[in-house]
Amino acid sequence: MDSKRAVRTAVFWGVSLSLMSTIIQFENVGLRYGPGAETLSDISFSLVTGGFYFLTGTSGAGKTSLLKLLYLAQRPSRGVLRLFGEDVVMLHRSRLPGFRRRIGVVFQDFRLVPHLSTYDNIALPLRVAGLGEDRIAEPVREMMEWVGLGDRADARPATLSGGEQQRVAIARAVIGRPDILVADEPTGNVDPDMAQRLIGLFEALNRLGTTIVIATHDLPLISTIAHAQMMRLDKGRLIDPTGSLRYPPGHAPAPVEEGRA
Amino acid sequence: MSRVDNPRRAAAAARNRLLPEGRVGGPMPWVIAIMMFLTILAAAAGLGLANGLWTLRGELAGRSTVQLVEADRVVRDALAQRIATRLRALPAVAAVDIVPQSALADQLRPWLGEAADGTDLPVPALIDISVRPEASAQAMAEIRTALNRIAPQTRIEAHAAYLAPVERLMRSLMWLAALLVALMLVATGAVVMLAARGAHAANRATIDILHLMGATDVQVARLFQRRTALDALFGGALGLVTAAGAIMLLGDRLAATGSELTGLVHLPGWAWVILPLIPVGAVLLAMLTARTTVRRALERSL
Repeated sequence: MDSKRAVRTAVFWGVSLSLMSTIIQFENVGLRYGPGAETLSDISFSLVTGGFYFLTGTSGAGKTSLLKLLYLAQRPSRGVLRLFGEDVVMLHRSRLPGFRRRIGVVFQDFRLVPHLSTYDNIALPLRVAGLGEDRIAEPVREMMEWVGLGDRADARPATLSGGEQQRVAIARAVIGRPDILVADEPTGNVDPDMAQRLIGLFEALNRLGTTIVIATHDLPLISTIAHAQMMRLDKGRLIDPTGSLRYPPGHAPAPVEEGRA
Repeated sequence: MSRVDNPRRAAAAARNRLLPEGRVGGPMPWVIAIMMFLTILAAAAGLGLANGLWTLRGELAGRSTVQLVEADRVVRDALAQRIATRLRALPAVAAVDIVPQSALADQLRPWLGEAADGTDLPVPALIDISVRPEASAQAMAEIRTALNRIAPQTRIEAHAAYLAPVERLMRSLMWLAALLVALMLVATGAVVMLAARGAHAANRATIDILHLMGATDVQVARLFQRRTALDALFGGALGLVTAAGAIMLLGDRLAATGSELTGLVHLPGWAWVILPLIPVGAVLLAMLTARTTVRRALERSL
């Protein structure tokens, strides 16, 4: 009986995942800063649309570098990196903004614009996308309420605590309902309750179809998301590259779906 | 008023906030004001000289003075009348005026005092003539022949000949003024370029964030372009107002000299239409320079 259920479950997940398209694909990607050794070497994996992924590893393992490739702050030194089905290694830089608008980023150091208020920092991606103020005010207010900063709309980052700044950074990353959310230690500066609340926000976003990639050391946090998958980096290499994350179950790396950008 | 009462104004205000106030501004508006002040002064000098040159050419064209040296006053006056009559009969000559003795005495009085009024003084007779613009060199030769027949001792001097050094000086000054205007505009462009580069470097962190959010180079460059335009507009307006004041003051002082020559160099009405175009051009130049500089800097990043 149990074995039948296991088979049915496996078939269900296999069919479900096969319906998902690859949104991020790394093939033998290497990243080198300057003339030194590679920071990332032979990274190969595929992530599907709507997946929830954690990226772990010790300090200096290359997590932030890998995330930089994901949010297009860097291009690989070698290999193939496909986002939304398009090879971004050779992509002309004039097309990068279109891709970046589909990616929300929570930086480890928050990177809030220091002279802008909480409201303006959160509204930034919407303004960059060209939305009018009449379409910005309500979602920004809602988001501020959601992250518990409804009463800090006019506060500058310097006057916010580390946890508040982190929440602003998260609100800014998710306000535009990105296709991919990349977060570097997003709960590192908040209390456990707020961490749980923010993870709830990520889950809600994930249920709406956003692919989530979170770099974290927080193992208890990883265990809170049942369906999440984990990637581990060590010295710039993906550990167990032949594991399920190399190609998610039931999904081959090619052909890939045409991107929307 | 809430943020959404006037969406367009709110959007513009939000865009303006993306770059911190004062970072781009700083000394640039004041430097541009100084540059514009000097540029407009140089341009005004150039236009005034061009106008003076044009007037001078018009006044000197075809004008000559016949000089008759004769010690006997009665003979001199009779010869002058004969020459005038003969010249008036020539078709190439438009006008003939014998310079009155009193006018000659007025010109000599500063050197000779009351003696200038003395009838015994052998002052040459002067006859101003105007030759028609279409008169040929042959017509001028006919005039000389006619004068020689009546009185071989007469000399004829074209006004243009003895004012030629003045004309050359005015022309040189005019081109120098034009060169100064061009150099000032180049310098303004260089100042804006340096300021834009500095502002780009100072705001690098904000620009990186905007880029990672998907801002295009054009969106980022537009922020700098707008701020530069405001700085240049302020500097240009200040430069124009102060330069206009200085030009009017100098014009009054120049007119007060009563000199015919310096009186030539005055700013015509049409120049006051051209001068305000200089700061307008400078604003456009500054915007273009800022946009190009920032876009080139952005192109070096991913």
